[in-house]
Amino acid sequence: MRPMAQVAMVMNLDKCIGCHTCSVTCKQTWTNRDGTEYVWFNNVETKPGIGYPKGYEDQRHWRGGWVLDRRGRLKLRSGGRVKRLLSLFANPTLPSIDDYYEPITYDYDTLINAPAGPYTPTIRPKSALTGNDTAITWGANWEDDLGGAAENAGGDVNIAAMPAEAAERVRFSFEQTFMFHLPRICEHCLNPACVAACPSGAMYKREEDGIVLVDQDRCRGWRMCVSACPYKKVYLNHHTGKAEKCTFCFPRIESGQPTVCAETCVGRLRYIGLVLYDADAVEAAASVTDPGQLLEAQRGIFLDPEDPAVIHAARAADIPEDWIAAAQRSPVYQLAVRDRVALPLHPEYRTLPMVWYIPPLSPVLDAVSDAEGDNTDPDQVFHAIRDLRIPVEYLASLFTNGDAEVVAGVLMKLSAMRGYMRARTLDGSVANELLDATGMTADEMERLYRLLAIAPYEERYVIPAAHHEDGARLAGLDTGCSLDRPGGPGMSGALEAAGKGPVDLPMPIPPPARSGGRR
Amino acid sequence: MTAFDIALWGIVPYIALTVFVVGHIWRWRVDQFGWTTHTTQLLENRWLRLGSPLFHFGLLAVIAGHVLGLLVPASWTHALGVSEAVYHALAVWGGALAGLAMMAGLALLLARRLINGRVRRTTSSMDKAMFTVLVVLVVLGMVQTVGVNLLGGGYDYRETVAVWFRGIFYLQPDASLMVGAPLAYQLHALVAWIFIGMWPFTRLVHAWSVPIAYLWRPYLVYRKRSGTPAGARR
Repeated sequence: MRPMAQVAMVMNLDKCIGCHTCSVTCKQTWTNRDGTEYVWFNNVETKPGIGYPKGYEDQRHWRGGWVLDRRGRLKLRSGGRVKRLLSLFANPTLPSIDDYYEPITYDYDTLINAPAGPYTPTIRPKSALTGNDTAITWGANWEDDLGGAAENAGGDVNIAAMPAEAAERVRFSFEQTFMFHLPRICEHCLNPACVAACPSGAMYKREEDGIVLVDQDRCRGWRMCVSACPYKKVYLNHHTGKAEKCTFCFPRIESGQPTVCAETCVGRLRYIGLVLYDADAVEAAASVTDPGQLLEAQRGIFLDPEDPAVIHAARAADIPEDWIAAAQRSPVYQLAVRDRVALPLHPEYRTLPMVWYIPPLSPVLDAVSDAEGDNTDPDQVFHAIRDLRIPVEYLASLFTNGDAEVVAGVLMKLSAMRGYMRARTLDGSVANELLDATGMTADEMERLYRLLAIAPYEERYVIPAAHHEDGARLAGLDTGCSLDRPGGPGMSGALEAAGKGPVDLPMPIPPPARSGGRR
Repeated sequence: MTAFDIALWGIVPYIALTVFVVGHIWRWRVDQFGWTTHTTQLLENRWLRLGSPLFHFGLLAVIAGHVLGLLVPASWTHALGVSEAVYHALAVWGGALAGLAMMAGLALLLARRLINGRVRRTTSSMDKAMFTVLVVLVVLGMVQTVGVNLLGGGYDYRETVAVWFRGIFYLQPDASLMVGAPLAYQLHALVAWIFIGMWPFTRLVHAWSVPIAYLWRPYLVYRKRSGTPAGARR
């Protein structure tokens, strides 16, 4: 056993209203720079839908993540080392900017400089890439609330992965469909395909907290990480020519604060905590041959932070005491392992993602109401989960590699929790049949309710600060932010600007077309 | 032989090589962040998919040809039993083929850079200067291989240009060997020195970052927060 600590996240999809506050605050913090106009470290998708970038989940096309070779060993789906080096000159599976969307801005000057006249001046969208007029035909949340679903959502590979009779019943006409929101950040995987694919060795996983980062000084722009990530959460900054990705807001995490997306989430649906895992078990868990065992194997590498043997091994591995204590209070471990209500996104990619999701109960409740049932009656909801397979099968292709029973079990547990608390609140009675149905004790039920429904700040985010005992030594090494150097974000062409004062971070307002040259 | 000839063939090479070496050391030390391929594949894929491999693989063959032609003395190939006729045929036809592939690739890449507004916008002034010199260099090279050696009377550069080139590294460049060379050879050599002098200040530096170590590196890279590479797995 070799315990390592990982900062992980759980998102409770039942509470996500798709307000995009997480996306906006993340963008303001991290990607409001030249070259990252199209980049959303955090984005919110409406499901069913093809997502951002378009159809990223179709790995037969994008070839992201890992597969097992004929001898049962893990290999990157896009090919081995030699093949990767031979495709350096043209990456065969790199998405184009149009798979994301063409970033735009507006000619705001028109509003100010338009001559006086009878009509209000209008502004036209301009491509942030060329400065020319452009039509807005796609965006990071184009499919918001099923916008365009009748046309596009049929291309969602999760529907294709459903059993035929359930897939046939998925409808995209109004009043017959279902939907939910899926906020996505980098998964900070335990077996990250992007890191494995980086020819330069510029991408790495931090030993202390497992955050996956790109070393901006070592990245040489070979763009293999972008295509190897099955979640398409590594992006190419087309201005600096380097890869960038979600940093799990590591400067905040290091000081014990939640990420910006979590801090600003108005639905309070995000949970951040530590998990301890066995680093020696990662490879075996990622390479289980039976696809039905993927989820259990991935859950199985988490170590019980209360187990004396684990605590002993964690101390031996130099994991600080306060980190072990934080792992014991971790909401992520609670939801993913103890309560077993959180599930990983696409475990079949074999990257061992570390952002897990509590599947939404709402589509099922809506279905019960549509059938003129009482969606507060656990019996009817249980029935609906069993009978109305459409949302459940769909959720299964997202979170359990198609195992609908696991999703149904989680939804029943959530539904039972609601029924139990409703009875207790209304007349103080204890619904023992619901406890029996889920195999939970009254205490466990109330604790789950408290964590999911009340979701107090200190219980949602249990983040131990990084240890700075060696801070003085580190400060002596390098005091600056690596992005502040000549050639930092906001400009490239390092040579023109080397040593010419501060680096400005302008809002991307393109110069007129054909002017050529980089600013 | 005039003082100008000596400056051209005895001094210019050393200036270029000095700028090349010092420039690289400077760039490596101050500008790791700018050290990148500056790929534009994200912005345009269709032309690049054909042009970039054509150019780069053609270029690798061209470089191999230059190593063979300039660094390997004729006496060595003779000693190996390679006759002049065989060498000539190999150099001319192989060189022409490789050069053609590289030129076609370069033409495709430049065309997309000019025609595609997205790619054009990313082109820096340094790129423009570098591409101009590169085009002149490649055209002159093709004039030598195709114009002089394939279609023309031929010129045995191995007895003159190559000897002069190796002499630069012995610190004994014989400028007189270049004075008599055809104009195409002289110009190609001069433009090549300009190109070499520009190298460290352009995107060409990515050539030194060919990630060969990827072949044996462990797949997963772990690092401590302090930034020093630590142990890795697999």
